[in-house]
Amino acid sequence: MSVLDSKVPSGPLAEKWTKHKNEIDLVNPANKRNIDIIVVGTGLAGGSAAATLAELGYNVKTFCYQDSPRRAHSIAAQGGVNAAKNYQGDGDSVYRLFYDTIKGGDYRSREANVYRLAEVSSNIIDQCVAQGVPFAREYGGLLDNRSFGGVLVSRTFYAKGQTGQQLLLGAYAAMNRQIQRGKIKSYTRHEMLDLVLVDGKARGIIARDLVTGEIERHSGHAVVIATGGYGNLFFLSTYCMGANVMASWKAHKKGAFFANPCFTQIHPTCIPVSGDHQSKLTLMSESLRNDGRIWVPKRLEDAQAIREGKLKPTQLKEEDRDYYLERRYPAFGNLVPRDVASRAAKERCDAGHGVNKTGEAVYLDFEAAIMRYGKEKAYTSGIKDPDKATIRQLGEEIIEAKYGNLFQMYEKIVDQNPYKTPMMIYPAVHYTMGGLWVDYNLQTTIPGCYSAGEANFSDHGANRLGASALMQGLADGYFVLPYTIGDYLSDDIRTGPIPTDSAEFDEAEKNVRDRIEKLMSGKGEHSVDYYHKKLGKIMWNKCGMSRNAKDLESAITEIAELRKDFWENVNIPGSSDSKNQELEKAGRVADFLELGELFAKDALQREESCGGHFREEYQTPEGEALRDDENFKYAAAWEYKGEPKDAVLHKEELKYENIEVKTRSYK
Amino acid sequence: MVDYDLNGVEEDMSFLEMLDVLNEELVAKGEEPVEFDHDCREGICGTCSLMINGQPHGPDSRITVCQLHMRSFNDGDSIVIEPFRAKAFPVIKDLIVDRTAFDRIQQAGGYISVNTSGRPVDANAIPIEKDMADKSFNAATCIGCGACVAACKNASAMLFTSAKVSQFALLPQGQVEAAERVQNMVRQMDLEGFGNCTNTGACEVECPKGISLENIARMNREYLSASVKG
Ligand SMILES: Cc1cc2nc3c(=O)[nH]c(=O)nc-3n(C[C@H](O)[C@H](O)[C@H](O)COP(=O)(O)OP(=O)(O)OC[C@H]3O[C@@H](n4cnc5c(N)ncnc54)[C@H](O)[C@@H]3O)c2cc1C
Ligand code: SF4
Ligand code: FES
Repeated sequence: MSVLDSKVPSGPLAEKWTKHKNEIDLVNPANKRNIDIIVVGTGLAGGSAAATLAELGYNVKTFCYQDSPRRAHSIAAQGGVNAAKNYQGDGDSVYRLFYDTIKGGDYRSREANVYRLAEVSSNIIDQCVAQGVPFAREYGGLLDNRSFGGVLVSRTFYAKGQTGQQLLLGAYAAMNRQIQRGKIKSYTRHEMLDLVLVDGKARGIIARDLVTGEIERHSGHAVVIATGGYGNLFFLSTYCMGANVMASWKAHKKGAFFANPCFTQIHPTCIPVSGDHQSKLTLMSESLRNDGRIWVPKRLEDAQAIREGKLKPTQLKEEDRDYYLERRYPAFGNLVPRDVASRAAKERCDAGHGVNKTGEAVYLDFEAAIMRYGKEKAYTSGIKDPDKATIRQLGEEIIEAKYGNLFQMYEKIVDQNPYKTPMMIYPAVHYTMGGLWVDYNLQTTIPGCYSAGEANFSDHGANRLGASALMQGLADGYFVLPYTIGDYLSDDIRTGPIPTDSAEFDEAEKNVRDRIEKLMSGKGEHSVDYYHKKLGKIMWNKCGMSRNAKDLESAITEIAELRKDFWENVNIPGSSDSKNQELEKAGRVADFLELGELFAKDALQREESCGGHFREEYQTPEGEALRDDENFKYAAAWEYKGEPKDAVLHKEELKYENIEVKTRSYK
Repeated sequence: MVDYDLNGVEEDMSFLEMLDVLNEELVAKGEEPVEFDHDCREGICGTCSLMINGQPHGPDSRITVCQLHMRSFNDGDSIVIEPFRAKAFPVIKDLIVDRTAFDRIQQAGGYISVNTSGRPVDANAIPIEKDMADKSFNAATCIGCGACVAACKNASAMLFTSAKVSQFALLPQGQVEAAERVQNMVRQMDLEGFGNCTNTGACEVECPKGISLENIARMNREYLSASVKG
C-alpha cells in the first residue's frame, strides 16, 4: 500500500464533490473567530482563498513578497479563463471540460480533482461578474468567448489581453474588503523562509520583513501555501523576476512530498531570446493562435537568407512556406496543445529552418486573419467592392481590438510592427504542472499544511491546457479550500492561539538565521545571478524540451557541483539586517539549486514521454510522444531525505474509471 | 547623487537590464548595488517606478520603465534616475518607494460587497452594453504604478482613484454602493496626504496605460452627486 492517501470520496464521479461537502465536518461561525489561518501568496489562489476564509469568519494573515497583493504574477496572465458555461451552444459541458483537461494532461492527473474543477468552473464566472470584473462582451451585451489550444469548443472568457490582471484585481478587491473589516492582516514585502511544525502539524511560519531585514514568527492553526510555480529555475522564463520555490521547498524539507517536479510547460509562443543580457522572456498569449498561423520557410536557403537579413518574410510566396502545424496536425492545426506546438517548433529550428539571428524562432503570421476580418467588416458595414487598403485597415482595427496590448508589447520589445510583418516566436518556460503533492482536500502530506494554485501538483497532469491555470487558482481559492480546510480545523476549535515562544519556533528561527549567516559568509567570488544563469543553462539544455538519460545524469552531477560552489563562493554585498535584494535572490537561488537536482532525478526515472516531458528514447517513428501506461501511470511524489539525490519516490497510481485512456492524437 | 559610467550597453537591452549590468559590475567590485523595484518586467504588475531624466517611466509614452529599451537613448547620453517623489510615497531605499497608500485607498472602498462564498446569479443574467463594459475595462487597466502622482506638481492621486471609481460606476453591479464608495475613497486619498487636482493633465500624459482624464471628471460628478444625496 502506498503511503499516499488521495482521500477521493467514494461514489459516482459527478456526485463526489457534493457528497463530500455534505459529509465533511464544519466549524461553526462563532468558533471560526478562534482560528487563525496563514495564507502565503496573494495571487489568484492565495488572494481568493484569503478573502473567502476571512469572509467565512476565520482570522487570516496573508504574506507576499511584492509591495502589494495586487502585484502577484497572476496579474500577467493574458489570454483567458475557462469555464464550462456552454454560452456559445457549441456542445460544451462539465464532462467535456473534464475530458479535455485529462486528455490534455496526457492522462497523468487525478480524475476526481479534475472533475471537481470542471464542475465549479462556471461558478467562477458568475462570481467574478458579480464582483465587477469587466470581461469582454458581445454587442448584445452578453459575455464573449474565444477558443484555446487542445479543445474544439469556445469556452474561454477573457478581458482583452489582461484577463489575469482583471481576475487578480477582483480577488485583491475581495481581500481589501476583508482587510477593511479587520479579518485579514496583510503582510507585504515579507518572505516566508520556513514552515514551523508543532507535534507534526503545520502551525506557523518564519518570515523575513524584506524592508527591515527583521526575522518574524507567525503562528496559525493551518498554513496555506499558494506561492505559484517554480519555472524561474530555468533563469529565463515568462515568470516575474521574484518567482521562487522557497515556501514549497521549505514545506518539502519539513515533510511535504513534492510531486512530478519534471512536469514543466514550455509555451510555444514567446518572444525569442535576443542576447546574453536577457533577464526574462515575454509571452505572446496563446489566444493569438486563434488568428495567427505558424510557419517557417520550406527551403533551407530561404531560411538562411532571412536570418542574414537578405530576404523579408513578406516576400516569401505562399507555396514556399511550411505551415508545419497545419501540415502535421490537420484536425487541430495551429491550436494543438502547447507541448505539441513547442516540440514542433524546436524540431523545425533544429532542422535549420529558424528565422532569427540565432536560428531559434518561427513566424506567427496575422496576414490571413487581417484580410479575412477586414473583408467581413467591409461587407457588414455595407462597403461595396472595398480595395485592399481598406480591407487591411479594417482588419487591422479588429486585430487591434482583440490583441492590441500584445501587439504593442511585441513592438516595444522587438522594434518591429507585427501588423505589417509576422511576429517571431519561440518556446519558453512558462508553467510548472508539478508542485506540492496534495490530496482531494488540497492538504499536503503535512497535516494542516495546504497548497493551492500553481504551487500544488493537482489537475494538469503532464501538460496544462491554456486558460486552465486561472480557472484552477480561483477554483481552489474561492470554492474548494475554504470548505475542505474546515474538516481539519474542526478539531482545533478548543486549541486556542498557537504560542510563538515554543521550542519549535526557536529552532526554526535559529535555522533561518544560520542559513542567512552562511549565505552572507560566502567567499565573494561570483554574484547570485552568475549561479542562477549557470543553473538555467543546465536546465534548458539538459532538462528542457527534450531529455535523455545521459544528459539527465550529467545534469544531476553538474547541479550538485554548482550548488557546492555556490555555498562556498557566492558574493552577497551589504548586510542581512536591512533591505538587501542580493540576499533575497540568493535565498531563492539556493533552493532552486536543490530543486533542480530533484527535477532531473524525476525526469530520469520517468522512462516514457508524456505531455511536456519528452524523453528522446521514447518516441514513435513520426516523433510523437510515446507514453507507457503500464509502468508510469502514476504521480511521482518525492519524500525529502537530506540531499536531493537521496529523495525517496512514492507512487500514487492513477485510476481512470470514467474515461478511456487513449493515445493522445491531435491529427 | 552618484555618477556611474557604464559600458557594454546594447540597443536591444531593456532599461532594467542596463541596470542589471550596472549592478553586476558593482557587486563584482564589492560595492552595494543600486536597489530598484521591479517584478514582471512586462508592463503589467506596476512595480517598476523610476523617474528618468525627470519623466516617470522615462521618455517613451504609454509604457512602463521595464518596457523601455536602450534604443531610446544615444551612446554617450547621461541619464538621471530618481525614485518617484511624493509626500505620500516615502523612499524606502535607493530608488524604492512605499506606495502602500494606494492599497489603503482601495481598502476604503474599491470593491463591490458581494460574498465570494455566496451564490451569485448567472453571469449572463444582466447584459451589459459592450461600450460600457469596454469603458469599465479601460479604467480597470490601471496598474497602480503611481506615475500619475509622480508626474503631478501637486502629487495628486486623482487619476488612480478615479480609475477604480469609474470601473464600478460604469457597471450595473457597482451602482448600489456608488455613493459610499466614492466618498470613502476620496476621504482616504486626502488622509494619505496626496495633493489636490488642478487639472494640469500631466498624469494622463505620463500614465503608461493611457488612463483618461474623463475618469477624473466622472469621479467629480459621482462625488458631487453623493454629497448632494448626503
Ligand atoms: C505571462 C503569463 C501568462 C499567463 N496566461 C495565462 C492565461 O491566459 N490563462 C491561464 O489560465 N493561465 C495563464 N498563466 C498561468 C497563470 O497565470 C498562473 O499559473 C497563475 O496565475 C498562478 O497563480 P497563483 O495564485 O498560484 O500564483 P501567483 O499569482 O504566482 O502568486 C504567487 C504569490 O506568492 C507570493 N510568494 C511567492 N513566494 C513567496 C514567499 N517565499 N513568501 C511569501 N510570499 C511568496 C507572491 O508574492 C505572490 O503573491 C500565465 C502565466 C504567465 C507567466
Ligand atoms: S492611473 Fe496610470 S499612472 Fe496612475 S497608477 Fe494607474 S496606471 Fe499608473
Ligand atoms: S516590472 Fe512589472 S510593470 Fe514594470
